[in-house]
This record gives sequence, C-alpha cells and structure tokens, in this order.
Amino acid sequence: MSAGVLFDAPGPRTKVRHRIYGVLALVALVALVGVVAKRLYDYGQFEYSLWEYFVTPDYLRVIFSALLDTLAMAVFAIVLAVVFGVLFGIGKLSDHVWVRWPCWLVVEFFRAVPVLLMMIFFFFWFSIGGGPLTPFWVVVVSLTLYNGSVLAEVVRAGINAVPRGQAEAAYAIGMRKTQVMTHVQLPQGVKMMLPALISQMVVALKDTSLGYYITAPGLTYAYKIISTEGRNHIPTAIVVTALYIAVNLLLTWLATVVQKKLVGEKKILDVPAAGAAGDASSGAKVG
Amino acid sequence: MRFTTTKAFVLCAGLGLALTACGEAGNSGGGDVDVDVAKDAASSFADGSRMKELAEDGKITIGVKFDQPGIGFKGATDDQPQGFDPEVGRILAASLGIESDKIVWKETISDNREPFLQAGEVDIVIASYSITDERRKVVGQAGPYYVTGQQLLVAKDSSISTLADVKGKEVCSVTGSTSLDNIKKEGAVPRGFDTYSECVDQVVDGAVDAMTTDGAILMGYAAEQPDALKVAVDPFSEERYGVGYSKDHPEMCQWIVDALKKSQDDGVWAKAFEATLGKSGVETPTPPSADACS
Amino acid sequence: MDAVFSNFDEYLKAFSLTIALFVVSGIGALVFGTILASFRVGPVPLLRGFASLYVTLVRNTPLLMIFVLFAIGGVRIGWNFKFVEDIEVFGWNASAFFVRSCIALTVYTSAFVCEALRSGVNSVDLGQAEAARAIGLPFMKVMTLVVLPQAFRAVIGPMTSVIVALIKNTSVAAAFGMAEATATMRIFTNNNADERLGIFLMFAIGYVVIVEVVAFSSYALERKMKVAR
Repeated sequence: MSAGVLFDAPGPRTKVRHRIYGVLALVALVALVGVVAKRLYDYGQFEYSLWEYFVTPDYLRVIFSALLDTLAMAVFAIVLAVVFGVLFGIGKLSDHVWVRWPCWLVVEFFRAVPVLLMMIFFFFWFSIGGGPLTPFWVVVVSLTLYNGSVLAEVVRAGINAVPRGQAEAAYAIGMRKTQVMTHVQLPQGVKMMLPALISQMVVALKDTSLGYYITAPGLTYAYKIISTEGRNHIPTAIVVTALYIAVNLLLTWLATVVQKKLVGEKKILDVPAAGAAGDASSGAKVG
Repeated sequence: MRFTTTKAFVLCAGLGLALTACGEAGNSGGGDVDVDVAKDAASSFADGSRMKELAEDGKITIGVKFDQPGIGFKGATDDQPQGFDPEVGRILAASLGIESDKIVWKETISDNREPFLQAGEVDIVIASYSITDERRKVVGQAGPYYVTGQQLLVAKDSSISTLADVKGKEVCSVTGSTSLDNIKKEGAVPRGFDTYSECVDQVVDGAVDAMTTDGAILMGYAAEQPDALKVAVDPFSEERYGVGYSKDHPEMCQWIVDALKKSQDDGVWAKAFEATLGKSGVETPTPPSADACS
Repeated sequence: MDAVFSNFDEYLKAFSLTIALFVVSGIGALVFGTILASFRVGPVPLLRGFASLYVTLVRNTPLLMIFVLFAIGGVRIGWNFKFVEDIEVFGWNASAFFVRSCIALTVYTSAFVCEALRSGVNSVDLGQAEAARAIGLPFMKVMTLVVLPQAFRAVIGPMTSVIVALIKNTSVAAAFGMAEATATMRIFTNNNADERLGIFLMFAIGYVVIVEVVAFSSYALERKMKVAR
C-alpha cells in the first residue's frame, strides 16, 4: 500500500502545517549534524595528520588488500552456503524421516547460534589448536554453516512455492522423484529464491567483519592495525564503514540487475522466522 | 580463484613500488641495534641439531607480538616488527649467522603460542611469554631474558596508587587473560577487550579507570603517550619472560641460554633494552640469569 | 562440560547479561524503529528522506563497525554516557559500558524494525485506510487507530526475525568489554582448552533455548492474531 493513501491531498492549512514540520525537521537534522561535527572538530578529529593515512599509497594498499580479503571471504562463504543450502533444503523436504530429521536439526541449530560464538569455537578448535584452518577459513566455514542454514530454509520455501501441478505433471510423464526435483522444481524454485539470496549476500559480507575478534584478515583487521598505529580510530572507522556501505550497495545493485535480467519482477518469499538472518524480510528493497 | 590471483598481483605490484614517504610511518629497516652476525655459525653446532639446520638454511621463523609498542609492534606498513622481543630475536638469529632481513616474523597472539610451537609454524616464540610450570609441560621455555610483573596503567591524573584502590573500579585487559582474572579477584569490575591497544584507548578516553597486564607492556604504552598515561602500583606478580621452543628440539635451550648470556656480557642486551623499553625512561635493569637447562 | 557445571553461576550470570542487553536494546529498537517507520510513510518529504537514508546506511553497515563508532569513537569525543551510572532504577544500576552497547544495538536494529513495520503497513488493505479517511480521520488517527494495529499483526513474522537476529547480535558486545555469554565462553575455553567442545555446546544450547522460546511464543501470538483477509 502506498503512502499516498494514508492521507488526503493536503489543503492549504495542512500544506502550511507540513511545511512547518518540514522546517522543524530540517532545523533538527541540521542541529544534529552540526553538534556531531562541532564535537568532532573540538576533539581534533579533523586534523590532517589523522586522515593523512588515507592519502598515503602504502596505507591505501593495506586497505585495498583488506577489501579483497573481505570480498574473498564473502564470495567463498556464499558459494559454499548455496551448496549447503540446496543440499539441506532438499534434505528437509525428503520423504525419508532419517534424512529429514537430521537436516532439520542441523539447520535449526546453526540458525540459532550466534556466528561469533561459532567463529570463536572453530578458531580454538581447528585453528590455534594446531588445526588445519587459518582464521580466514574459520570465518568462511562459520559463515557457510550459518548462511547455508538460512538458505536451506529459503530453498525449501522456494521449492514449495512452485505450483503443485508442475510436479504432478512431471510425475505423470513418468519422471522419478530425483528428476522431478532437479528438472522441474529446483529450476523454478531458484527464481523465487534470488531476492532472498541477494539479501543473504549482504548479510554474509557484513558478517565477515566479525573476523576482527579472531585475527582474521579483512577490512576490520585493517581498521585495527591502522588505528592502533595512528590512534585515528574515528577517521579509520568512518573510512572502513563507508567502504562496507559502498560495496554492499554495489552488490545489491548488481544482483538486482542480474535478477531483473533473469526473472523479471520480484516475488517475495515468505520464509519462517525462527533464527532468520539479520535481515528484516527476505527480499525487502534496500533504501 | 580470481580473487587470490588479483590479490597476489596487487601485493607484488605493491612490493615493487618504492616505499613512499609518509607522515610518520615506522622505519622499515631492521632493528635499531647493531648485532654482530656470527660468521660460519653452522660449524659450531652439533650435527643433527636444530640450530645447525637453521644456520645452514640461513632462515629462522620467529613468533612475536605485533600490537604491543616497546615489546613487539609492527605498523600496518612496516616490514619488520620493532621492540624488545624482536631485538632478542635478532640477537638469537645473529648467533646462528642469520641476518635480520632473513628472519621470518610471524604474529602470535596469546592464545596460539603453544600450538604454533607444537605444529612447527614457528621455530621460536618471543612474545612477552611468561615462563610457567603448566607451559613447560607442553613446550620448552628458555630464560628468563627479562623479568617484569603485573601492574596498572592509569590516566596521568588518576587517584589510583595502590592495588586496594581498584576495588569497584572498571579495569580493562584482554578477554581470557590471567591478568584479568587476577584483577577480578581484587574486586575490580573486569572489562575484556580483544587487544591491549584497545584497552589503552579506553583508559586514555576515560571509559575505564585502569588497564592491567605486565609492567613491561604497560611501560611501552606509557612511553608512547607520556602526557596522558602513567604506570601505577608496584608489580604484584612476577612474570619471567622466556623464549619458547618446541619440545622436539631440547638442544635449543642451551643455545638460547648461551646466546642470551653472551649478549648480556657484551652490552648488546642493554642496548636493545635502551632502544625499546628503555625509551619510557625506565632504568635499564640488571639482566636476569637464566634457569639451567634440564 | 565440567568446566561449565562447576562455574554454573558464571554461566547464568553471562546469560542474564545477554538477556538484559537483548531486552533493553529490543525495547529501544521497537520505539525508535516505530518512529522511523512513521517518518517513512508520513507526509513530510524531508523526514521520509531522512528515514530512508538512515535505513540504507545502517542496513549496509556491519554491526561491529557500529559498535566501534559508539563504544570507541563516541568515547573518544567525550560521549561516554558515564552519567547513567548515577541513576538507579528499582535498585538496578546500569554501567556506561552496558548503555553504550545497548545504543549500538538499538541504532542497528531500529533500521530492521523500521523495514519490518513498513512491510506490515504495506500489507494492510488499501480500503481500510481509505475508509478511515472517508470518515474524516486525520493522518495520525488513521495510523494509530486503523493502520498500525493491523500492520502490527501482519508484522509479527518479519519482526520475529528481527528480534531473533538481535538476540544473536548481542554477542558482538563481547568484543567491547561486556562479559556476556560469548565472551564468557571464550574465557572458559581459554582456561579449559581440553573441554572446548562441551563448553561450546553448553553455550550454544543457551542461545538456542532463548531463540526458540522467542520464536515459538511469536508463532503462538501470530496464530492468535491472524488478520482475516
């Protein structure tokens, strides 16, 4: 429902009142920005020496390679999570109790446990315990399990959203269960899943930041080393945050373009809530 | 995988470019102290010993801290870590005939020092590594090369002067560290962060009343910001810093002890201290004598 | 497991801090998120723009960076909320650390609350709002009497996702001086490396229990309040 329905086309008096509201809002927002800016200025946060790092090639290289680390972690995690999600999503739809039940348990568990808790555990178990994983891969594995479990739910909902008649028709022409899944239900379900997949990509990219707590590389690690050296926490945090936002917006935009090309208009899937991602509703528009 | 190749390319390009001068990035040379590198060191060690292998390879991997000024610190763009621990590392490497640019420095955090040694990720660990009986069960620890104790770092104008003053105050240290447990027992409210540096910022910005860990580490921070911070309270524990090595190579102990002894006798140890921890204005202490190797 | 059972009071204390963070930030985020949502569908263009900008920025920022900005950045420029330590509510007194963590969680979660509410408002039938306006109700009344009560029902599902995410997001406070469940797990693991699997399971189960309790009660609520369409 559009906002336009909620109120009448404003008459002259209302127009004046809205304009007053607008002016008040403007004053309040300008005051807010002003107070923050003045505060930053008073505490010397605009000193060139604090920002100099971000125009120094050496430090830009540090930030750039950290950005690549962050992207690499997110890409690995998402690709693996899609695989995990398809396997477990189909597993949850299985006709065999001994498949369905463990899949359900795994998915429920990894959706309810904080990613950071998982990371710390894998870090202690597989990384510093002389294990095979570097902190980089600890982040990837943790994010795979978590996002994979969320996507499993998305896959299940996506497949269920394919009209029943499709599967019935496939059975009618003599296809087996597996064939019905791979030839009919999955390809059509994928289209429904795309919006949720896009928002999950952003979630995964944001969660790579938690590697901060387990010495993994990435943008937050760059924040840590640069701000430790330059004691310029606020400028560094602003730069790093801006990079995250830029990359996420770019990612969302790209994914939306791809999706429009493949599918056309969005259909919003209704994915059950328990342990859902840090995202309000799968496929809600950004902005 | 495209990312890794791009990344390798970027890094290579980065290394290829000359280091651009910047405001105040740390020097990118070796240590601050000249150490005489032993000539033909390999021949002085027994056949089959780990030291001979290292000397013949001409390469050694040393685990140090990267985030503790004075002890072991490496800026984002530095090639080599600075601090007392890396200096000790250079002294040990020199006794094997290894130049400081042939040392591979690896960052260790408190949690992974033993695993790194056990897995052979590093040859030795010099990372504010206190000698304890528990640790000596799983790894070898030679030394001590330096003795310090747990103290407090407070704001310049703080009223905290004795240990009893911390009761009910918020004190910061690294999550899971023994320092934090100790201070909790003194009745302080523990505030765990990920690194000591974050704790220092919390003290400077007035979010916590004090931070606590070994005095040596605190001195490094106090030296960095002498106008804002001071070290308070006499040491209330004894931390003896040792050099960690793998139990697989027990012969390393005697070599470490001998090399440390030599550096203490010819004044290199004192020079290393003055160039690093000594900058905070602390008197150079009398070097401790190392435990006998069993 | 022994490590947990022999320090069970520590375990409970850690989870009670997790729950306290969750409850306080949850209330904060519901209030602030509702204000944002009313800006977003309201008649003042500037406020619409502001709310939409806020949501876009915050949704695309990692929670960890928001924590950095408030728990480290804010303190750096003298906004440390120390004054709350002198305020007592029912003999309960919050530390500045707790308040800063709650602010970071509230700022982050509000954006998602706003989006969940907006999707709820969008699900309300057009005719409802039209009818409300036809009987001459002004915008505020249309919202409070007709649209929002229905939107709230439609919103329970998406809102549950947001709330569950918040429960898990409290763990990020572990990196900023809060000894909540995740930080406590790290301490336990540090002291008892040989029992890490048992310790992890105990703490993971703690979170699972909280999450499932919230999720199931919300399902029950949803079934009870389903809007007939």
